[in-house]
Amino acid sequence: MDQYLSVLIFLLVGVGIVLFTFFIARLIRPHNPYKEKNQTYECAEAPVGNSWVKFNNHFYIFALIFVVFDVEAVFLFPWAVAFGQLGLFALVEMIIFIAILVFGLYYAWKKGVLKWV
Amino acid sequence: MITTGFIIASAIKVIVVVVAVLTGCAYATWLERKLVGHIQHRIGPNLAGPFGLLQPIADAIKLAFKEDIVPERAERVTYALAPIVAFIPAMLSFAVIPFGDTITIMGQQIDMVISDLNIGILYIFAITSLGVYGIVLAGWSSGSKYSLLGGIRSSAQMISYEIAYGLSIIGVLIIAQTLSMKELVAQQANFFDWFIFRQPLGFVLFVICAIAETNRSPFDMPEAESELVGGYHTEYSSLRFAMFFIGEYANMITVAAVVTTIFLGGWQGPLLPPVVWFCIKVFLFMAFYVWIRGTLPRVRYDQLMNLGWKVLFPLALLNVVVTALIYRL
Amino acid sequence: MADLRTEEFVVNMGPHHPSTHGVCRFVLTMDGEVIVKAEPVIGYLHRALEKICENRTYAQCIPVLDRFEYCTSMSCNQVFALATEKLAGIEVPERAEYLRVIMLELNRIASHLIWLGTTSLDLGALTPFLYAFREREDILDLFEMTCGQRLTYNYIRVGGVAKDIPAEFIPKAKKFLSTFDHKVDDYERVLTENPIFIARNQNIGVMSQELAIAYGVSGPNLRATGIKFDLRRDDPYSIYDRFKFDIPTGQNGDCYDRYRVRMQEMRESAKIVRQAIEQLPEGEISAKFNPLVFKAPAGELYSRIENSRGEMGVYIQSRDKEKKPLRVKLRGSSYNHLQAMPHVLVGHKIADVVAVMASLDIIMPDVDR
Repeated sequence: MDQYLSVLIFLLVGVGIVLFTFFIARLIRPHNPYKEKNQTYECAEAPVGNSWVKFNNHFYIFALIFVVFDVEAVFLFPWAVAFGQLGLFALVEMIIFIAILVFGLYYAWKKGVLKWV
Repeated sequence: MITTGFIIASAIKVIVVVVAVLTGCAYATWLERKLVGHIQHRIGPNLAGPFGLLQPIADAIKLAFKEDIVPERAERVTYALAPIVAFIPAMLSFAVIPFGDTITIMGQQIDMVISDLNIGILYIFAITSLGVYGIVLAGWSSGSKYSLLGGIRSSAQMISYEIAYGLSIIGVLIIAQTLSMKELVAQQANFFDWFIFRQPLGFVLFVICAIAETNRSPFDMPEAESELVGGYHTEYSSLRFAMFFIGEYANMITVAAVVTTIFLGGWQGPLLPPVVWFCIKVFLFMAFYVWIRGTLPRVRYDQLMNLGWKVLFPLALLNVVVTALIYRL
Repeated sequence: MADLRTEEFVVNMGPHHPSTHGVCRFVLTMDGEVIVKAEPVIGYLHRALEKICENRTYAQCIPVLDRFEYCTSMSCNQVFALATEKLAGIEVPERAEYLRVIMLELNRIASHLIWLGTTSLDLGALTPFLYAFREREDILDLFEMTCGQRLTYNYIRVGGVAKDIPAEFIPKAKKFLSTFDHKVDDYERVLTENPIFIARNQNIGVMSQELAIAYGVSGPNLRATGIKFDLRRDDPYSIYDRFKFDIPTGQNGDCYDRYRVRMQEMRESAKIVRQAIEQLPEGEISAKFNPLVFKAPAGELYSRIENSRGEMGVYIQSRDKEKKPLRVKLRGSSYNHLQAMPHVLVGHKIADVVAVMASLDIIMPDVDR
């Protein structure tokens, strides 16, 4: 666990530095907000409408497939590290596993889901 | 066993690394401007100090003196936190990078690494992925449409390279049989044992994904200034902007350090001290980043998705299978 | 996906945007990152040039019109000088015609270099921008040497040109031309074969021939659709019929074709300048023309030339025994290109807007006048 303690120290120092610089900057920087300045930037025009709309994520399906394959990647890590001790069976098993997923990718591809509308 | 000595040693290492990385970031900006300048037949910064070496400091001071503007439509809390969320992970991933051999000071064995986690690589992937949240949150909370588009692009980008990014080093893991960064370096003692030679395809895939991960040209879509003005950081000013900026460069340095460690033999090299070798390799990789920026146009983000899913991902899987087979046979 | 309802939203692109080439504004209605509707808003750079011209004598109009399309001021000079000469029936001396062609073509190269630089910059390639401006600098030096100005030249006057070229002009121009083709090769090496550049440009912003003709698109944008129409050849003015040059055309009318056509045009322009320098005769540089007493006869006419962006025209209506024109109408090609743009943009992504806008080479003074 002591190695994680070092990471924790690192985290604390990092946060400390950020807060410290923000504090210093707060002391020295000007503060003069007014209405026009605080408008959001829209190329020098008054903003039209709200920016928090139900945004059309064209890559929604990608995101779903991403979850599947990311989990797959997570399975591969321990397998790869322990590969030396696992023997041929694990290799065949993993190749089958990858093959199934590749087939899944191929299916999604052919189905036209991997096309960015 | 946690001793006071350990904590002090850790704290010293942390502070040294933090200072080194922050200075590194500052001079990475200098390097970039100078190098891109010469690529483009101009001089680059040359007024602040000799060779413009004080330019990063001047920039930092300027940014600190700038007003911190919070747009009225912004979601204030998230808006304030986003730069920190982008900055901290960029620093944290440096914790597991070994930058030198073990040395002995006052009878104490000290590893030249902040934390030799046995899952070093996984830690790096986990932490660097967090940086995306900073960008997405910044884009969403600014309340500006350009920022929103930048943030959305960032998440889109993330789901297109992340898998290939992870898979590209599985080949290395199959050969090395470890996740510890320190172990990885130890296995590359000979020049031709460097994983760049044993895993050339993995290296190329990793570098491409790493450039996407750090939002650098040609994959700098989330901040594409000619399309989205400033992308996710359009509304940011002052030190909050600086946090994104430093975060980006810290990420670059981290990736350079990771590439050095995983593929380029880490701190190993003849004659010069290990830390120097480590810095040289990181520096060269940073120069490579800048070189790419000076050369290539920007891709469109659906094109990156196609690249990620239809080229990088299958290639990475292929690399895994082929490496596994070669290793077994 | 059908019942997943998302909202369209409006993004202002411009007038203050890094890549709208001046103060153009696009109101983009977007569905995610895809453009549903694009609507250009113009007028931010309106300077009432036409009206100003109506209050000046013919000779005084020329320095004003330098600002009409400031990337190619020589063309602006030329088109108005040409119109006035037709109106007054003035014969321009041989040497002046050659000097005009040299300047016009050099200016066309300079303008295309600006286009090249901004295009690559808009697509995220930083370096060609500075390379292009390095060459443009040489051309501007030549102009400065001749007329003392680097942007608004006021060089081509009614009846001829303002000054003869200095002695060192010809050697310097020759030196520039001898290396220029290699420089263009360099740019092409950076961009033409670059897979990212091709992916960003091919099949983007496709303009059909029908659309191009319907909107009066001209110049390289028209030629990229495959229509071989160039006023230098099809309605020759000055002495363009004496030079050998090709008119490059494309096939698809996409951004990539427009890029290829313009790159090729730079080489062709260099060819013309070389020939003109070769044939340059000695003699007068201006016909007899007294701007102070000149009074045009009554009439109206339209004169047009091919400038770097397309057809540039000026329509003059004159009153008998008046020093000032009654009506001046300017035609800038970018206006037509901008109008055609919304049709081209629909269905593209926001990143393509800058690619299309850059490749159409729209600049705002040309639109707003």
